[in-house]
Amino acid sequence: MEIIMIVLAGILFGFAVYNILQKRLLRIIIGTALLSHAAHLFILTMGKLKRGAAPVLVDGTENYTDPLPQALILTSIVISFGVTSLLLVLAYRAVKTNGTDNMEELRGNDHD
Amino acid sequence: MIVAILMPFLIAMCIPFIAKFKYRIHTGYAVFVTSLSLFLYFLVLLISGETNILYRYSWIPSLGLDLTFYTDGLALFFALLISGIGALVAFYSIFYLNREERLGSFYVYLLLFMGAMLGIVTSDNIYALYTFWELTSVSSFLLISFWFTRKASTDGALKSMLITFIGGFALLGGLVLLHLVTGTTSIREILTQGDLILTSDWFPLIVVLLLLAACTKSAQFPFHIWLPDAMEAPTPVSAYLHSATMVKAGLFLLLRFTPVLKESEAFFIAVSIIGLVTLFWGSYMAVRQTDLKGILAYSTISQLGMIMAMIGYGTEAAIFAAIFHILNHATFKGSLFMAVGIIDHETGTRDIRKLGGLWKLMPVTGIISILASFSMAGVPLPILNGFYSKEEFFSSSWDLTADRAFSTDFAAVLANIVPYVAVAGSIFTFVYSMYFYFRTFTGKAEKDTAEKAHDPKFGMLASPVLLVSGVLLISIFPNWFSRHLLQPAANAVYGETMKEHSIHFWHGLVPAFIMSLIVVALGIVLYITRKYWTVLYNVLPGKLSGNIVYASLLSASEKQTKVVNDRIVNGSIRQYNAIIISVISIVTLVILFGTNSFDLRNIDTSPVSLPQSLPELAVAFIMIAAAFGSTVSQKKLTAVIILGVVGYGLSILFVLFRAPDLALTQLSIETITVVLFLLCFRHLPEMEQERKEKRSKKITNIFIASLCGLMMMLVGLAAYSQRLFPSISEYFVKYSYKLGGGDNIVNVILVDFRGLDTLFEITVLAIAALGIYSLIKLRQKGGDR
Repeated sequence: MEIIMIVLAGILFGFAVYNILQKRLLRIIIGTALLSHAAHLFILTMGKLKRGAAPVLVDGTENYTDPLPQALILTSIVISFGVTSLLLVLAYRAVKTNGTDNMEELRGNDHD
Repeated sequence: MIVAILMPFLIAMCIPFIAKFKYRIHTGYAVFVTSLSLFLYFLVLLISGETNILYRYSWIPSLGLDLTFYTDGLALFFALLISGIGALVAFYSIFYLNREERLGSFYVYLLLFMGAMLGIVTSDNIYALYTFWELTSVSSFLLISFWFTRKASTDGALKSMLITFIGGFALLGGLVLLHLVTGTTSIREILTQGDLILTSDWFPLIVVLLLLAACTKSAQFPFHIWLPDAMEAPTPVSAYLHSATMVKAGLFLLLRFTPVLKESEAFFIAVSIIGLVTLFWGSYMAVRQTDLKGILAYSTISQLGMIMAMIGYGTEAAIFAAIFHILNHATFKGSLFMAVGIIDHETGTRDIRKLGGLWKLMPVTGIISILASFSMAGVPLPILNGFYSKEEFFSSSWDLTADRAFSTDFAAVLANIVPYVAVAGSIFTFVYSMYFYFRTFTGKAEKDTAEKAHDPKFGMLASPVLLVSGVLLISIFPNWFSRHLLQPAANAVYGETMKEHSIHFWHGLVPAFIMSLIVVALGIVLYITRKYWTVLYNVLPGKLSGNIVYASLLSASEKQTKVVNDRIVNGSIRQYNAIIISVISIVTLVILFGTNSFDLRNIDTSPVSLPQSLPELAVAFIMIAAAFGSTVSQKKLTAVIILGVVGYGLSILFVLFRAPDLALTQLSIETITVVLFLLCFRHLPEMEQERKEKRSKKITNIFIASLCGLMMMLVGLAAYSQRLFPSISEYFVKYSYKLGGGDNIVNVILVDFRGLDTLFEITVLAIAALGIYSLIKLRQKGGDR
């Protein structure tokens, strides 16, 4: 099962990178969102999947899934939410100010 | 004791504050006092007369990096030269440099140089030596470009830096090889392992690299081209760096390693030839110059070549003579530079064609110049130290075949030719010395320069007068200097005690004296007839010049750099991203495969049982399809909504993998994110233009993306297959209730065990919120849109 999830994470990474390399700001934001999904899945997989009960202590259960990756991912989900929303507003401002969301047009001048 | 070596640096730090009061007291006095006290300190060390370890500090012992300073005869000789000339130059500069100049910067650079130079001569660690070596190049660069508004200054500074830095790199290479061969970074220990170095396979390369370093620094042919351009520096700098001390760093380097190098015949051949060619070429070119400092620059080149040749001989007499001449050259060339500075200061020109007849107007300067330039020419008078060392040069050239046995024919033939070349090179030395003196001080001057010129104040004259009296003192008491200063230095170079040298004016009618007479006689003839043979310069060098090579290399490298730079740094963030991601992927892949990081035995390859795993597989397929869909969709609305599917799929996976907290969080966050996307929607343009993307570009992007995906998969596999340590999660499971008082382990980790992380996470969110708020507010108050 882990191998399947690693492959899935890899594919998501691929799509994320492809999106990040696009011209439009919205595409890039979609790319970063995909990237964080992929990373979360990746981290979770590293802690082995389905090898025990959910990490909530219950009398009589000895085996729990690894709680550490989950704690890390929880933090990461919230942060990536912050990143995505900031990027969205940034893109919105960039479009308002520059009249374009095309990265090829959003370059500095040659001699700034 | 370390204070002595680091004192210039320490004082340099104080200079900016002292320079604030430059109108009340000239900043130069601080530097003068510093170097004078250093001079006295080294003088005391010299009198105590033994090799002293001044200081030892181990920084990274495992890499052989430490800071060890020691003084033997050679180090003390150079240290005295550096601090002594430094004091005189500082004193001179007080009168040379106007208070309106940037005195603070000037003296900081000067002290930086002095400290670095002292570091070179006293360092025992080769890497410390290298560091100080480069520091002298840097400070030289800064001093040459002191008047940075002049193009000639900055060009000259650039040239000197480029050439000496090439040498610096070579030096580093040579020292690293020495370190590898001998296994130590201490110069003294390296010198004890001469046989090991001489028989090593690396020896030829070491010699080439060290020679490259020495030749660039000491302006040897064909790297001499930077020195004439360095004359754009203020004259005190030229006197100090570019004649008395820094250009001798290359000689010092070779002298330092002479105990080992002198055994090698190849070293003899290379260094003697370089030295003699430089001696000849420098003096030949000096006669052609019209700028007084230009003459002195080429003369310095030629004198350095002469010393170089003597180092190449490697015989006792030659080493002694080399050290003797280093001292003499510092005295007469230093005073000549200062005299030129005075002439420049008083008449406003250094052009020899405009000058003349200054003898009557500036008698003191005239006396300084005549003594110094005649000493440089090697005129046989008992009061001119230049003659003494030139005699030593001739006699060591003449005795070379007797003093040293050669194994190869070429070396033996060369040793036979050497005396004749030495004479030929020295003739032009005589000619330019005469040319320098007589054209400036006799004959007629242009009217406007002649009227205002007069001897300067006493202060400005003090330093050159002292230096010239050095010329006289050395000539009158040569054996005193020999016993106390030169002999210890020569012993340190030679690595064993040599027999005592006594220096006499009159040796009888020995070959050396005859050689001197030939030089003087032919020199006079050539000087008088110079009108008739200066046409020679149209043939040689004519248009041939190292400068042309330098200029074309420089402009070519500038153009190429611009091409490369424009291609890579073109302002397209997409391209930067592409490059960064591909480099990361490729490097990671290479490392993964290079270290064979996959241990497939540990991987659970049991086939996935279909009925049980069906939910996971289904979700995985849906996610892949959704990711693909959102990537290819042309409508922004579709793309965003399908992106949501990926997020929801992920939360279902979290459920399946028994991570209830994650599932909850992911679900709510994903919902909010989609809403946010939709909020910003109205303002973001459609994405249809993407179709216009070039096909090749698209394929490249797909390739990079796949590469990165593949790389992540392999990293995952590698990490998954190698579990070297037990997970630290056991601790959390065990103590979650006991220490944290909660059943939900993830929650306990977040708010208790790793509480600070969560605090920072919240801080990040707060910052993001502030950012978002201000970005939106900006719109309302901006006004322009």
